[in-house]
Amino acid sequence: MPEGIRDKVVILGMGCSRFGERWESGPEDLMIEAFDEALADAGIGKDEIDAAWLGVFFQEQSTGKSGLPLSQALRLPNIPVTRVENLCATGTEALRGATYAVASGAADIALAMGVEKLKDTGFGGLPERTKGTVEDLWLPNSTAPGSFAQLASAYCAVHKRDMGDLKRAMAHISVKSHRNALNNPKAHLRREISDDDVLNAPMVAYPLGVLDCCGVSDGAACAIVCTPEVARRLGRTDAVAIKALQLAPSNGVEFSNDAWDGGHTLTTRIAAERAYREAGIEDPKKAIDVMEVHDCFSVTELVLMEDLGLSDPGRAIDDVLDGRYDHDGAIPCQIDGGLKCFGHPIGASGLRMAYEIYLQLNGRAADRQLDEPSIGLAQNLGGVPNRNVASVAIYGLNNLTR
Amino acid sequence: MTDSAHGILAVGGFLPRSRLPRRLAYEANRWFAPALKPKGDTRRSFCDWDEDTLTMAVEAGRACLSGHDTTAVAALELASTSLPFADRSNAGVVREALDLSPAAGVEDKTGSLRAASAALARALAAPAANGNTLLVGSDCVDAKPASTQEMSFGHGACAVLVGEGEPIATLAGAASLHQDFVDHYRASGERFEYALEPRWARDAGYREQVVATVGEALEDAGLQGEDVSALAISAPGSLAGAVSKSLARTMGISPAESRLESEVGFCGAAQPLLALVEALESVAAGDSIVLVALGQGVDVLVLGVAHPPATKSLADAIADASNETNYTRYLALRGLLPLETGIRSERDNRTALSAFWRKHEAVTAFKGGLCSACNTLQFPATRICVSCGAADTQVPTRLADRVGTVRSFTEDWLAYTPKPPLVFGNVGFGDGANVLMEFANVEPGQLEVGMPLTMRFRIKDLDDRRHFRRYFWKPVPLEGSADA
Repeated sequence: MPEGIRDKVVILGMGCSRFGERWESGPEDLMIEAFDEALADAGIGKDEIDAAWLGVFFQEQSTGKSGLPLSQALRLPNIPVTRVENLCATGTEALRGATYAVASGAADIALAMGVEKLKDTGFGGLPERTKGTVEDLWLPNSTAPGSFAQLASAYCAVHKRDMGDLKRAMAHISVKSHRNALNNPKAHLRREISDDDVLNAPMVAYPLGVLDCCGVSDGAACAIVCTPEVARRLGRTDAVAIKALQLAPSNGVEFSNDAWDGGHTLTTRIAAERAYREAGIEDPKKAIDVMEVHDCFSVTELVLMEDLGLSDPGRAIDDVLDGRYDHDGAIPCQIDGGLKCFGHPIGASGLRMAYEIYLQLNGRAADRQLDEPSIGLAQNLGGVPNRNVASVAIYGLNNLTR
Repeated sequence: MTDSAHGILAVGGFLPRSRLPRRLAYEANRWFAPALKPKGDTRRSFCDWDEDTLTMAVEAGRACLSGHDTTAVAALELASTSLPFADRSNAGVVREALDLSPAAGVEDKTGSLRAASAALARALAAPAANGNTLLVGSDCVDAKPASTQEMSFGHGACAVLVGEGEPIATLAGAASLHQDFVDHYRASGERFEYALEPRWARDAGYREQVVATVGEALEDAGLQGEDVSALAISAPGSLAGAVSKSLARTMGISPAESRLESEVGFCGAAQPLLALVEALESVAAGDSIVLVALGQGVDVLVLGVAHPPATKSLADAIADASNETNYTRYLALRGLLPLETGIRSERDNRTALSAFWRKHEAVTAFKGGLCSACNTLQFPATRICVSCGAADTQVPTRLADRVGTVRSFTEDWLAYTPKPPLVFGNVGFGDGANVLMEFANVEPGQLEVGMPLTMRFRIKDLDDRRHFRRYFWKPVPLEGSADA
């Protein structure tokens, strides 16, 4: 068992652009917007960064390949820039690269940037893309909502739950995120909606209506990380530390074997178990104060409550409807609006989740600030239920003076 | 028990489920072509967007070979005037989808409405040296909207297995006549035919040709017109009825009784086999059937019935029908009405043919891998077992003939498909296998988790840029299908 990265890396500064249909901005504008905020927050100069990681998913339709888009947009001083991609978990993958560099001692200070410019693709939703030369020979030409909608029919069958009850809980999830986003000036969708709005919305992929789906947004988010020693040297007395950062990709079980019941994300369960162990968390129901999860669709957020061990198997519908994950519930979820309303610029989303947890733990979340949370969780999921990459990160505020 | 003989050993018919009520087409086009008014409540079959000559041929072949030893098939002949490929063995695609031996001969027979009847006469007259011959007729010919052909044509396929064994029927006599009598034609590469006045074809052409050739065939068989129990006629439109009446009047042959015209339509080169199999499904042992197939001349086969087929796959296919309710949807599905299909339809469906060749067995024959170490089935087959991790232990195993089960599903209205919604989901196959698949033949609201499924060979994608099409298998609900 490796000792992991718990408390070896802290966040020196973070930034996040406004998310939305940023017709006036290209990816370089979005990156600069996020980076300027992070650099000011960190209180360092650009030339103090030793290495950088860039996360972008649809590079063909936005930035192009390689680390160059980041290096050129920020005019970085020829430091190493690595471009990473791991589906919708790309932002977390960029953070993982920067974190590992700092933890290894290869870099004192590293930058993780995630960006996505989706509104240049011409598509209303996510653009069409090949699933691979072999997969295109036989896999259905599915969309993201269609792929995640599979969770609903399977979940109801596995847990013998009524589809109507599931739909009501899904509606509650969307209504909650819309309400939360009212307090987030950077969010893409800031409009209060009702349960009836969700339930009567046009069908996208049964049983997901259009208000069960997250926003398709442009945006960028970034983190500057360093060791606790460097933060102390820069005068910090406390800092948000990475307690765990785990990644679990599918190995094909869900794709081709019926051991997977189709109603949950297997990889999240694996990543969560590892993350809780790495962070030293024994009972996540008690330990987690605030969380951001990959609510690409309302049904995804619902099953994730069980995959993260926060709701008992088959009980997420009840917990959701009871308000357990509302802003005033036991474990507030998507306090910033989540993917649903903050938006989902793919490469940025993992870092956007970290950004919100970072603000909350630092007590800087303004109108949406929770009452002194100390442990936050971010779950970032790339891919589709039968083939995906799940990451679970846990953050805590560490006192650096001891 | 009869002695072993050379003859028709098995038959199988297949029709697409979709039917166009002729009245629906008439109502839509009445403003333009009021003369097309149909008599009675009749309909014709048509291929869904993902069905074609080859997919129907595969299903007819499966129906025919059900319960028969596929390793005994030494030759596959595919008769059609609507083969999707001019240079790529069409019969070869069918051969692999049917999981027949690569050593089996594969041959496309085309260019004539008598392609199948001529091939059948030859196969019945001369036994093949090394095994059975599977002869499949399949045609999917479209017609212009508001044409008589739109009303009279249908899409369908039919297969017969010819060889040595306990036959359903044997050949008693035959005769054939060719005349370059061009009552209609379709040029190579053209989608629609050009047809002359049917009265001319009837009165000045086929009536005489048919009576003379039937007379020769009956003489060859040593039979009189009154000895004929069933008349099976393959002729487009009103010609079938006209020919039937002529034969009744001149030779005393009982008129043909058929539901093909009222329920299916004229299926081109498949029609001789469809007409024959319809007759075989209605006669008794000892009866005689006369098959008359028109097309620049006429083929006549006289068959003696030994054992009528035990299962009636064609009657089942006729019954397994779904009436189209929207004429413009029929047009769109047949590519006769260009709808605005949106940006998602711009996806490039280029096939990496080198990758296809590596995976042809998985894709065309729908074979996964059964791990010999832990008996876990997986699709696609992989080097390392998904369950036990053993390497290189997987034995090619066919999923196409298994009954699947719905494990999850959605109706996706965002995805591009010519027939929204795209219905797809996880399908269980037993022995641990789960495959994400696109469903066919389902309407919104029809699927439920746990529903049993049977597999159908279908078009996966059309590549209009390169004039290619790729095929894969799609599950359809078992209940209500011909296999139920």
